[in-house]
Amino acid sequence: MESTAQQPSVTMISGPVVQARPAHKFSMNEMVEIGDERLVGEVIDLDEDLATIQVYEDTTGLRPGADVYAKELPLYVELGPGLMCEIFDGVQRPLEVLRGKRGDFIHRGKTGTALPRDRVWQFTPSVRPGATISPGEILGEVPESQLITHRIPVPPDVQGTLEHIVPKGDYILDDVIAVIRSSSDKIHELKLFHRWPVRKIRPYRERLVPSEPLITGQRVIDTFFPLARGGTAGIPGGFGTGKTVAQHQLSKWADADIIVYIGCGERGNEMTGVLVDLPKLLDPRTRRPLIERTILIANTSDMPVAAREASIYTGITIAEYYRDMGYDVALMADSTSRWAEALREISGRLEEMPAEEGFPAYLASRLAAFYERAGQVVSLAGKRGSVTLIGAVSPPGGDFSEPVTMHTKRFVQCFWALDKELASARYFPAINYLQSYSAYISAVEPWWTEKVGSTWKILREKTINILQEDSRLQNIVKLLGEEALPDDQKRIVEGARLLKNDFLQQSAFDPVDTYAGPEKQFLLLDVILHFIERLADVVKARIPLFRATELPVVAEIHKLKFTRRGDDPGPFKSVREQIDKEINALLHRQDSL
Amino acid sequence: MKGILEYIGIDRISGPLVVISGVKGVGFGEVVEIVPSDGRSRQGRILSISEDVAVVEVFEGTSGLAQPTTRVRFLGRPFEITVSKEEVLGRIFDGLGRPLDGGPVPFRGEKRNINGLPINPVARAYPQDFIQTGISAIDGMNTIVRGQKLPIFSGSGLPHNEFAAQIVRQARLLTEDEGFAVIFGAMGVCHDEAQTFRRSFEESGILKNVAMFLNLADDPTVERLMTPRIALTVAEYLAFEQGMHVLVILTDMTNYCEALREVATSKGEVPSRKGYPGYLYSDLASIYERAGHIIDRPGSITQIAILTMPDDDITHPIPDLTGYITEGQIVLDRSLAQRDIYPPINVLPSLSRLMSDGIGEGRTRKDHANLSSQIYAAYARARQVQRLASIIGEEDLSATDKLYLAFAREFHERFLQQGTDENRTIIQTLELGWELVTLLPEQELTRLKPEEIDQYGKI
Ligand SMILES: Nc1ncnc2c1ncn2[C@@H]1O[C@H](COP(=O)(O)OP(=O)(O)OP(=O)(O)O)[C@@H](O)[C@H]1O
Ligand SMILES: [Mg+2]
Repeated sequence: MESTAQQPSVTMISGPVVQARPAHKFSMNEMVEIGDERLVGEVIDLDEDLATIQVYEDTTGLRPGADVYAKELPLYVELGPGLMCEIFDGVQRPLEVLRGKRGDFIHRGKTGTALPRDRVWQFTPSVRPGATISPGEILGEVPESQLITHRIPVPPDVQGTLEHIVPKGDYILDDVIAVIRSSSDKIHELKLFHRWPVRKIRPYRERLVPSEPLITGQRVIDTFFPLARGGTAGIPGGFGTGKTVAQHQLSKWADADIIVYIGCGERGNEMTGVLVDLPKLLDPRTRRPLIERTILIANTSDMPVAAREASIYTGITIAEYYRDMGYDVALMADSTSRWAEALREISGRLEEMPAEEGFPAYLASRLAAFYERAGQVVSLAGKRGSVTLIGAVSPPGGDFSEPVTMHTKRFVQCFWALDKELASARYFPAINYLQSYSAYISAVEPWWTEKVGSTWKILREKTINILQEDSRLQNIVKLLGEEALPDDQKRIVEGARLLKNDFLQQSAFDPVDTYAGPEKQFLLLDVILHFIERLADVVKARIPLFRATELPVVAEIHKLKFTRRGDDPGPFKSVREQIDKEINALLHRQDSL
Repeated sequence: MKGILEYIGIDRISGPLVVISGVKGVGFGEVVEIVPSDGRSRQGRILSISEDVAVVEVFEGTSGLAQPTTRVRFLGRPFEITVSKEEVLGRIFDGLGRPLDGGPVPFRGEKRNINGLPINPVARAYPQDFIQTGISAIDGMNTIVRGQKLPIFSGSGLPHNEFAAQIVRQARLLTEDEGFAVIFGAMGVCHDEAQTFRRSFEESGILKNVAMFLNLADDPTVERLMTPRIALTVAEYLAFEQGMHVLVILTDMTNYCEALREVATSKGEVPSRKGYPGYLYSDLASIYERAGHIIDRPGSITQIAILTMPDDDITHPIPDLTGYITEGQIVLDRSLAQRDIYPPINVLPSLSRLMSDGIGEGRTRKDHANLSSQIYAAYARARQVQRLASIIGEEDLSATDKLYLAFAREFHERFLQQGTDENRTIIQTLELGWELVTLLPEQELTRLKPEEIDQYGKI
């Protein structure tokens, strides 16, 4: 079975790694199709003789000698209307379509295009013939979902004079909607979509420093470890500590325009959970089902490992595309560790020299390059948009000193460390407030003090002081018991307990508590701190502390987080008044003794 | 159809692997038959193939193979098993699916590739049907639902087999439903353990609904890599094509992982943690993910895998990676077992991730979620108090802390502790839970809503 001189063919197969000859028929990162079933792969290494290909599908039954077809394009995604509300696999195969064609199980092989070619879109042009068109400029609009207006850009690598543009009307993706003549007289026929290589960052005009918070509705995050639009966050934690729930919560409640959720090597049922929940939940701002702003990428842990590596890039490229239209996009990657492990697996099969824990030496630079694609930018079209990246990290044995966690820590600005012990006491979110941090606090502070409450910064700092003091005292409590503490220290421990139970803890599954708007967060913290401060008066008056912690108002404080959203300050005000009334009465009784 | 190709002679033998050169026209992952001069053929699978060299893993091991005389037959197809209801249920097979019970080799059904295919996530139906196991620590605090994969993390010598057998006997999934099956896959367990399960199935009168696939301790280790896949291929057929609710028990996954490590080492692969291959996660996922429900198909696969944690270490790669894939875990604890507490479940590291959708009003009871959370919080605190008491003595504890100690005692002795045939209803479990939490002063019950305390806590 000599292969013909021209047609490249497979020489070796080892799981997802395949080699083919002759090498000169391929270029680096080129997409290829292999064998009769046209399995999709990508060239990841070239030497003078052989091309090494990672295959995004199961290679069982593939034989040496099978034909390999070079596609003359790097691994790309299709960008255009039809992305929104969709769920794709790691190499952008639409899973709903796949199910319709091939059934409930995922079969390998080609299945048509990523975006639907038969769907009709209403396009309204916004530029006129004769105009000079710069790269990335917006040609017009398509209403994509009830929530999202899709602005059709010129591909970032095209510019020239607009020869022709279609009038307002209904078009399908393959219709030519505009013709551009470049300065070198090259004619570009543009459609409603274009292709873009996933490993190439989409260019923008200018990078802006993140300055506004991305509100997530999660109190411990927004108030203590805030995220900024265009920022980066890492959530490390052992299994079962709450990474996925946190990312689901952010997908639901973060005030981004668009969510890209990548299930990277995780559970099938978790994707199903998102698909079940999001259509039922309403966006608190727009009152539309949250699914209308969401794009899902699924490479579950039983799907091919090479596509896991690609899924991250597929997701981020889509995120950048919407950013360029002027949207704030938040991207969740659950879990970046599975992506890193996919890198490791492929690297191992290539017999590359391993660095730490068998990971390839380029792990750090790949991670850096990924988080580098976050940011708030002015796009080529002159629009302000952002991509916020939130990556879960799954450290082996929950040990944060492993390579993926360590490197991630270097490249992210927010670090939400999840704690096994908190999780096992069912204290959620299990964010360890002593190990976590955010570099955006001063960046978002003006927003909070202007829009929410002028004392935001003070409240925050007071709270942190109490929590830190408490953690010092806990060392004593562990050895001697709480009884051994004097009342002024007991006050701190009691105060911290209130903060932990009634502010930091937040149930993702309680219909009210699941989301807390900024006002509610502020008001709630204000009430709790007020109580803790009034406890100081009780201590000063030498009244046993338990007399105050047994006051009826404490039960009212517990209830506050379950009250309606924060737009109604009423309940908070009345509890604050009740605190004063009851504490004053206590002090008064003492005086009169 | 691809034909069968036969070669004579092996170039190299290394552990469970053989290398054969001059091979043409065979595909990756296909089945190989190795026939030594004694004629007793062994099976294997192609691990990698280049233009003329094939590396084959031999399931039954390579000992006794002579290089020049061994014949190698490439069958041109992946590893397959014949699936059917009639020919499989009520039977016992070896780890590669060959009958051990003297019965016929199944042949009437269809042949299926044992690797299965990933379920399209959009085709999955979210599991949410509560399964009552009658065990309080599970039903009350780590509720299982149909279609869940929930392993048992155990240690050598702990009563995981009794415990799993009790679940099989009591789980309502099994006793109330006609269309159910139990698929039992054993990897490297001893004969007695397999017998214990068999007897337990027999006593509860469900043997005719059980299929057992046994790779025992003295069976070839590499064969273990196939056993769970064979078991799950049968399970998928019964669940998704025959509409049955299938419970799959896999034991012991630690033996499986060790076999995987052995093969990886023979191939000279770069190991990751503790010598296990870097793809252990993906490999385990290709087993554990084969559970669930599919939209518009009546059946389901619920998976309970048992593993023994080497040195009782939950951070060991086997339990660790398992926990990262499965939908929670039930952790058995040696110190509880030493105090004669059965089942010795340490609830703190235990978790059922699908619990929240399987419980509550209309499923169990509306106070279930908060009550469970409260028991967790109280027990976590009680364990701290126990530690403190061991330092400063019980007398010097605060009044509240003393109540926590009482809580811990009652929790161990009344809630956790139950007989191997004690089958509690969910309501009994919840009421027991309320008896425990109301030992504590009301202001300690921060996870419960006042109206819940009024309704259930003051009887
Ligand atoms: N905010 C929360 N509110 C209530 N419960 C939570 C919360 N966060 C996590 N949990 C509980 O913890 C369980 C585990 O959380 P999750 O699945 O997010 O863990 P994970 O860190 O993603 O684990 P893995 O790495 O194994 O995927 C959930 O099933 C849920 O029961
Ligand atoms: Mg997770």
